[in-house]
Amino acid sequence: MAYVPLADQDKEMELHHPHSWVTKYVWSQDHKVIAIQYGGTAIAVGVVALVLSMLMRMQLGYPESFDLIDPNSYYQAVTMHGMIMVVYLLTALFLGGFGNYLIPLMVGARDMVFPFLNMLSYWVYLLSVIILMASFFVGGGPTGAGWTLYPPQTSMAGTPGHDMGIVLMLLSLVAFVVAFTMGGLNYVTTVLQYRCRGLTMMRLPLSVWGIFTATVVGLFAFPALLVAGIMMTFDTLFGTSFFMPAVIEAGTPLDYDGGSPLLFQHLFWFFGHPEVYIVALPAFGLVSDVISTHARKNIFGYRMMVWAIIAIGGLSFIVWAHHMYVSGMHPYFGFFFATTTLIIAVPTALKVYNWVLTLWEGDIRLNAPMYFAIGFIFTFVHGGLTGLFLGNVVIDLPLSDTYFVVAHFHMVMGVSPVLVLFAAIYHWYPKITGRMFHDGLAKAHFWCTFLGAYLIYLPMHYLGFLGVPRRYYALGTTDFIPESAQDLNQVITLAALFVGAAQILFFVNMFWSLRNGKKADGNPWNSASLEWQTPDTPPVHGNWGDELPVVYRWAYDYSVPGAHEDFIPMNTPESVEPTAGEDHFDPDVDASKADV
Amino acid sequence: MSLFKAVTAKPWETKGVIGGLRPEGTFDASPERVALIVFLVVASIIFSLFSVSYFIRMELPDWAPLTEPTQLWLNTGLLVISSVLFQWARNISKTESQKNIMTAFIGGGVFAILFIAGQMLAWSTLQASGNYLATNPAISFFYLLTGLHAVHLLGGLWVWSKSSIRLMSGGKIEDIRESIELCTLYWHFLLIIWFIVFAILSNT
Repeated sequence: MAYVPLADQDKEMELHHPHSWVTKYVWSQDHKVIAIQYGGTAIAVGVVALVLSMLMRMQLGYPESFDLIDPNSYYQAVTMHGMIMVVYLLTALFLGGFGNYLIPLMVGARDMVFPFLNMLSYWVYLLSVIILMASFFVGGGPTGAGWTLYPPQTSMAGTPGHDMGIVLMLLSLVAFVVAFTMGGLNYVTTVLQYRCRGLTMMRLPLSVWGIFTATVVGLFAFPALLVAGIMMTFDTLFGTSFFMPAVIEAGTPLDYDGGSPLLFQHLFWFFGHPEVYIVALPAFGLVSDVISTHARKNIFGYRMMVWAIIAIGGLSFIVWAHHMYVSGMHPYFGFFFATTTLIIAVPTALKVYNWVLTLWEGDIRLNAPMYFAIGFIFTFVHGGLTGLFLGNVVIDLPLSDTYFVVAHFHMVMGVSPVLVLFAAIYHWYPKITGRMFHDGLAKAHFWCTFLGAYLIYLPMHYLGFLGVPRRYYALGTTDFIPESAQDLNQVITLAALFVGAAQILFFVNMFWSLRNGKKADGNPWNSASLEWQTPDTPPVHGNWGDELPVVYRWAYDYSVPGAHEDFIPMNTPESVEPTAGEDHFDPDVDASKADV
Repeated sequence: MSLFKAVTAKPWETKGVIGGLRPEGTFDASPERVALIVFLVVASIIFSLFSVSYFIRMELPDWAPLTEPTQLWLNTGLLVISSVLFQWARNISKTESQKNIMTAFIGGGVFAILFIAGQMLAWSTLQASGNYLATNPAISFFYLLTGLHAVHLLGGLWVWSKSSIRLMSGGKIEDIRESIELCTLYWHFLLIIWFIVFAILSNT
């Protein structure tokens, strides 16, 4: 039967082969170039946020020592650090970066379904970043309202950046949502409709499942941010009172009347909580593939892992108000959200067990990506466990607004996803660049980051128990906080500066290896999944040469009993399956050309 | 293969190109159609969140009910005609004879433009009677919801205009059949959204 793979029906013309340097690297419609553009921009803006956190820590560890940080700039740093890290770095890098790079390669397609829309997505994202960065240079500086942007204080004169800063922040967020929606439509449609022959949904690598589900969650959750952002922009610019209540500013009543700040909180967190999982689900997926590959074992409980991803994605929409326990809600309302919050721990714990069970009795290759992946399991368990504390209303009430919360969310959605990002960058670096990184340098980077992160965040839990409040520019002298707390703060600051500086190892490694790294062959980790089976490394435009691959098995055929090698690529037909008895097996056999 | 069957498969037990597994995507539809349907879900969420906000805000004491301009009834009629014409164009594009396709498809878009013009007339009527954006939350929501609906319609008109130009410059129906179909779906969706928005706005 003549068979035309679906992705090839779209005609080669649709690929928009680039003809010049500009169309190849700037206005590129190739998902791989767009991925690198997304990743580069996200990391660059992430460095800005990292520097801001250094400034905050310097102030907290050594108050009154640094003239450049006043209370206003401190709050601006808090706000911009949070927003950049959550939205512009993590979301953009996981979905725009890894989503773009991996989806077409992992599903065996030549590109995204809508390459032009994909390109547009990146450029609108860049625009949103530029708008956000511009707020550093306008009168009054960026907004200092906290990343949650709660009204009414966002628009009050006491808050830094209450005039232009907040407007630019909101415009930037609206642009980001538009960019994300364009990218998201692409990721979802590509996964659903452009899989190569033989690649059922349940044969997809968990990376794709994580990115796909996170994208769906994002498409459903970002509208809440858009809606809140639009209404708040109207309040700020046009004087409407959607969120702004009747309020007196420095003795003068403002023109607002009757708006509901609580409504904003609900909308914000209806976006804000799923956002945690928009970041976490791709991390879950990527780390599963890294662990399975380097443990030389199939992922334990694949179906359970898929269902857990879907369950977590679904549950993430009914837990948002656990961020608002202190807003004065009805106790039953709090009870409901505490229950759903604790339920979400079940599929999450399943995933952790499955990662550990994948490692169990594996033929573990302890290279840099695996270091980071195992490190993630530790930090994620710690961050997750403190989440169980905070999910309960009665425990959250006293701990809310203390450093316990800061420690919790940094462990669970700061350190953990970042460790996965490093694992993933190191893991796929040979495919993306065609070169190997320096493993020793990468391991040094791991130990500095991993131990340093614990040095920062473990003491913070203790500070939280002491009742040290978060968001304070300086603690001053208080009866209930012992002086030793300040010593601890200094230790944390030194550790933070150390971890920040240690990231130089990462950048040195990335750039040095680009030229001097050992040349990587197509599949240096002996991985079974499809992206490692491309005819060229790095993959060229169109990914697959003349014919699309055909998939005969799932992505986790590692250490199959009786097989000649400890992995069988997804596109190896059963008829040429390498078995111990066959001497003449050629692992480079082009499976896609086999007669089927 | 149904979606349920797909997610209950045991991939580690199956080898080869699974029997009965077709190379097509999960849904038997073009990628454009799938993407549009996903987008319609996203747009529905946006409108429902605005509606929820509307009802919550309505409960607060400073809310003053607004009498909607009667112009809206006329506008509703225009949008219904627009949707009907698109449906007509879609039906024609499915048949052998392609008589009247130009009238139906282009007419559909023109009535949508008339609808937007009518909405602008309604806005200016409101402004003339002293109901500005920040006068009262009910009015703020009126401008916001009708404006947002119009923006969605403008997005549709952008696609419609591209297809119309191809149609008028002698393009083949086959090339824009998909586009006609998707425009029709999008117009019906926006008509339903308009009914809901109109009902919500009137319910003050």
